[in-house]
Parts: sequence; structure tokens; C-alpha cells
Amino acid sequence: MKLQVFNDLPREEYLFCGHTACPGCAATLSVRYLTKALGKKTVFVITASCFSIIAGQPPLRTLDLNVYHCPFPSSAAVGSGLKRGLTAAGDDQTQVLVLAGDGGTFDIGLQGLSAAAERNEDIIFVCYDNEAYMNTGMQRSSASPYGSQSNTTPAPLAKPTPKKDIMSIIAAHAIPYAATATVAYPRDLLAKFSKAGTIKGFRFFHLLSPCPPGWGIESDETIELSRLAVETGVFPLYELEDGEFVTLSHKPEKLLPVADYLRPQRRFSTLTAADHEKIQNSVEHGWKKLLARAGNR
Amino acid sequence: MAQKIITGNQAVAYAVKLARTQVISAFPITPQTTVVETLAEMWAQGEYTGEFVSVESENSALAYCIGAAYAGARAFTATSSHGLAYMHELLHWASGARLPLVMANANRALGAPWCIESDQIDSLAQRDTGWIQFYCSSVQEILDTVIFAFRLAEEVRLPVMVCYDGFYLSHTYEAAAIPEQPQVDSFLPAPARKPAFDIDNPENRHGLVSAEAMARLLNVRYRATEMAGEKYELLDQEFYRAFGRSYEAVEYFGPKQAGTLFLTAGGMAQTIKSFLTVPGREEALLRVKQFRPFPSAGVRDILSCSHVERVIVADRNVCMGVGGIFAQEVRAALYGLPHPPQVIELNLAGGVDLTPEMLEKALAAAPGYAADEKIMWAVELL
Repeated sequence: MKLQVFNDLPREEYLFCGHTACPGCAATLSVRYLTKALGKKTVFVITASCFSIIAGQPPLRTLDLNVYHCPFPSSAAVGSGLKRGLTAAGDDQTQVLVLAGDGGTFDIGLQGLSAAAERNEDIIFVCYDNEAYMNTGMQRSSASPYGSQSNTTPAPLAKPTPKKDIMSIIAAHAIPYAATATVAYPRDLLAKFSKAGTIKGFRFFHLLSPCPPGWGIESDETIELSRLAVETGVFPLYELEDGEFVTLSHKPEKLLPVADYLRPQRRFSTLTAADHEKIQNSVEHGWKKLLARAGNR
Repeated sequence: MAQKIITGNQAVAYAVKLARTQVISAFPITPQTTVVETLAEMWAQGEYTGEFVSVESENSALAYCIGAAYAGARAFTATSSHGLAYMHELLHWASGARLPLVMANANRALGAPWCIESDQIDSLAQRDTGWIQFYCSSVQEILDTVIFAFRLAEEVRLPVMVCYDGFYLSHTYEAAAIPEQPQVDSFLPAPARKPAFDIDNPENRHGLVSAEAMARLLNVRYRATEMAGEKYELLDQEFYRAFGRSYEAVEYFGPKQAGTLFLTAGGMAQTIKSFLTVPGREEALLRVKQFRPFPSAGVRDILSCSHVERVIVADRNVCMGVGGIFAQEVRAALYGLPHPPQVIELNLAGGVDLTPEMLEKALAAAPGYAADEKIMWAVELL
């Protein structure tokens, strides 16, 4: 694969080196990129997740930005309150960014997220989705895909139900802006966050975040798996505005076989050829639906 | 100062408006609902000019206030019963983060089964969450205590819960003096319009710490809670100068040499006071307004007087396997006294209405109570 060099990304760094994330953590790399796009007038609200640890033990800090931690189900409400509080305190410039994992988004945080989206609170909600509760050591979440193993869906069993479609739930709220992104496409990720920074109202990001220890991949495979997720159609990159489909950010000429994405991951090791076919069909079905929506624009 | 005939819930709303609250976030629950509705009406009419946010749950209501307080805004919520229970995790967070929030809680029972009567277990079950707690006994006192609570909360950087009996006070109309805005401003300065954090000097707040760091923070918070108790009297004097009204943390009512004392918190005090004003009554009342920190010294000073033989604690709550919670606190306050008075519990858990007849029966039955027989169940006196 051809090496790409990005010399035009913002030079500012808001994520210090020496943080405590695992090597190859896509969530941490995502935060490094998105903070470059949003800049220094950003305050983070971080809910219970790997990032509760990665952010550092106070008074130490990983981010060169203000960070407030909050309890697990409360992040969307705390973030919304922080934004309104800032407005009341005379600051209508600072962006409030809520950072949650898939647990804090798809599961325990969903009620508060839905409510904040419905109220069109002026915040950016970022879900870094590593598809299981990784901070507690890899237990299934409702973001875990069909056929994935975890410590609560251990081999020879695996998750019997498909991943929850969070973007459809978000789309149903008709919020001003929502997008998917991954670190394999940093230019796309940065452009989407830069765009989000100029929009008022509720903004949502779904970032697929490969997790080397959780997924059973090597730490240097994060980018490759992120890219394969997109190229196979497992995780398409797109934007929604007001709940309506806007653009497909990256359209592969032809989708790669889903098995290319599944095989390198230990969490899918119990899958049979029949499972692969079932997943392939499901991904193709989803992809066609997405193309149909894209065609309508 | 205008006199108005208002309910306890409306009194809360007037106080919240006068306190120049900047962010209100709440979720309706019987019997608190009219607090939210009155504030919404004030907001719609432009009388209240801060943020008013209807959220989807009590958990989010308190989370919202926590966020607002992170930003440095003066924030308020109100709830009751299951709503307060649903906030539990965030109650700890708010006090741990040292946020000066104020909450009104209309006391109500917790199911199962569903019950909307005025049991105090909702707020008493939150006694270990680190919030300052007050129990009010009149509509005027509710209004005054909410204003007072903001001042105290901001002085000691701890959240304050203002509790009052559901229906008995939340829905009862009483005459109350509505203070003028300058009067309130003189006691409770308008909040600073300045974010609580500095963009140029970022910090990582409330993230993971070690046991030792946690212990130090708890220690400092313990001291701040004690300080809230110590400051109460001084602030109450200041309140008196501004408004002409005063409320003691522990209030004594009745003849000086009474041998039998009633002790209670909240609206039941009004019933007991009117019972005691009947000519010929020799008993007195001790009303505990401040529950956290518990005013042990104040209670002990009075109950250790040699003429006090017996104290009948009217508790509208029950801790299973132990008894009424105010009674527990009173017993703890009396621990170590050489000749403590007998503590008898008149338990009205469930929200049973305290009547003069019941007080009469309790007084008649009390002398027959043995030392190990402590709970007189109100329902059995009906």
C-alpha cells in the first residue's frame, strides 16, 4: 500500500505523548486528530470509558484542554448543562465535546443522548466505538457485531444478534449534523470535525475504533483494520444533515470481501464459512440501502 | 415585601427566581410537579430569564445541573421520591465535585407499591451522599430556606437539599412574604458572569485518583460539611437582618422545664406546636431543621437537661430493622450521657397524618413503654 504523507494537517497538538492508552489505540488517535480540527476553545466531558484512564490521573493530564469527567449514563446531560452554563456565564464561543465509548453511547448513555439530541443541545457528541466494554476488559455491548466473542459471549459461543444501528437511531432525531469517520481516513475525519465546528446544535460522530487487545489484532493493524472496515462496507463513511443523507464520503469501486476484515481478528475466530456468508449478505444489504439513499440526493 | 397566599411548591419557584438562578433543569414528579410548572410559567412570562430545560429523567436533571455548575453557573433542580433515588449516583458526584447546587425535594414514599404520601425516606436514604439537608415546616420557611441554601452552598462549596413534606406543605396554601429583589441581592449576591475554567490553563477535573488522594479529598469535604454547620447560625443572623425572619438549626418550642419533649422535623412540627398551645399542656417540642450535618451538640444540650425524662420522636420514615431515622440520630447524639432521657419513637412511616388525637394517645401510652420497647406505630393508634 502506498504510504501517504499528511503535511497539511494542523501542527497544534492537544494530546500529549506519554499517555496511558494501549499501543495502536484508535480512540486515542481519533482524539488527537479531532482536537486539531476543533482547536483550543474546546472543553471535554468524558464519561466512564477507556478515556477516563487515558485522560490521566489528576493533576496530570493527557489533553492540553479542559476536561471534566462524569458518571456513566450522564455524559450528554452534563455536556448540555455545561454548554448552557457557559452561555449563562457569558461564554458562547467554547465548544463542548462529549466523549463516550460504545457503552456510554449505545447502552447506558442512550437515553440521555437521545434526549439531548431531541432538544438539539449545542454540543458535539463523539462515540468512539470499539465494539465492546474494553475498559473493563472486553465484555459485549450492543455495539458488538454478530459473531464476535467477548468475555461475556465467550467461545464457543459468540454474540448471536447484530450490532445496534446507532446511526439510524441518530438519524431519526433529525439533528443538524452526524457523521461516521475512522482514523484510516484522517483527512476525512478532520474535514468532518472542522465542518461540525461551524454548525450550531447537536452534532454526532460515530468513530469506529479498532482495539488491538479487544479485537485480537496487532497494534500496527489498527489503521489497516479501520480501512478494511470501510473498504468491505462494514463501516461506510458518510454524513447526515437534519437526519437526511448527504454524502457518501468514500465510495469503494467494488467492496472487498468481508472475510478480509473478519479473518485477522481473533474475536471472530469461531465464525464458520456459513457465518461469513451470512455477514457478507448482511453487509451487502446495508450497503445497497445506503447507496439507494445516496442516489436520492 | 408583598404577602401572597401560595403553596410550598410555588414558594420554591419564587425563591429560585429571586436567587437569580441561571440554569434550571428538572423532570416532573408528584408532588413536586408544580415547582417545575410554576418556573416554566415564570420563564414563559419573562419573569425568569435564565435557562429552563425540561429533560427526560431525574438522572439527567441533576447531571444537567452538574454540567452547569462545572461551567460556573448557579443551577437548581427539584424532585421527589423515585426521582431522587434515580439521581443517587449523581448526588455523590455533585458533592464530590464540590458543586454548590441547590435542590428542592418534596418528601414522598418510595415503592413498591406506588405511594405518593409524605414519607421522608426519599431524602433520608440520601443522607450519606454528602449533601447538606434542611427540613422545612412552613411555606414561608421553604421560600426562605431555598434562598439561604444558595448562599450556604456557595460559601462552603457543597450542594444543599431543601426538603419539605409532600402535599402537607407542597400543596398547602399559606400566607408568605415574597422578598423584594434588592433584599435578596443583599443577602445572596448575583452570580459572577464568568466561566469557572480557564481556556489558557486547562485542567483535568474529577478523573481517576488513588486511595490516598481520595482520602485527602474526603477529609477536606468532611471539614467543609462541619463548617456548613458552624456557619449556619451566623448566616441565619445575616438572613434575619436582611429579611426579618430567622430559623434555628434546632428549634425549641414550649415551656422551659418540660419533662416530655416531642422531637420531629418538617411539617409535623406545625401540628405539634398547635397541639402544645392548648392550655394546660406541659410538653415541649424540639424541631430539627438541619439534618446534615446533624446538629448533635444542639440536640444534646437540650435533651441532657435533668428535667427531660422522655423524648418522643415523630419520624415519618423507617429504616428496616432499626427504626425511625431521626430517632437513630438522636440516640447517637445522646450516646455517652450519664442519664439520657428515654427515647420513644412515634413512627408515621408511609406518610400517615399526625393528628392531635394521635399525640394524645402517644403521651398516654409513653409511660408504659419499657426501655427495650421503642417503636409506637402510628397506624396502630388510629
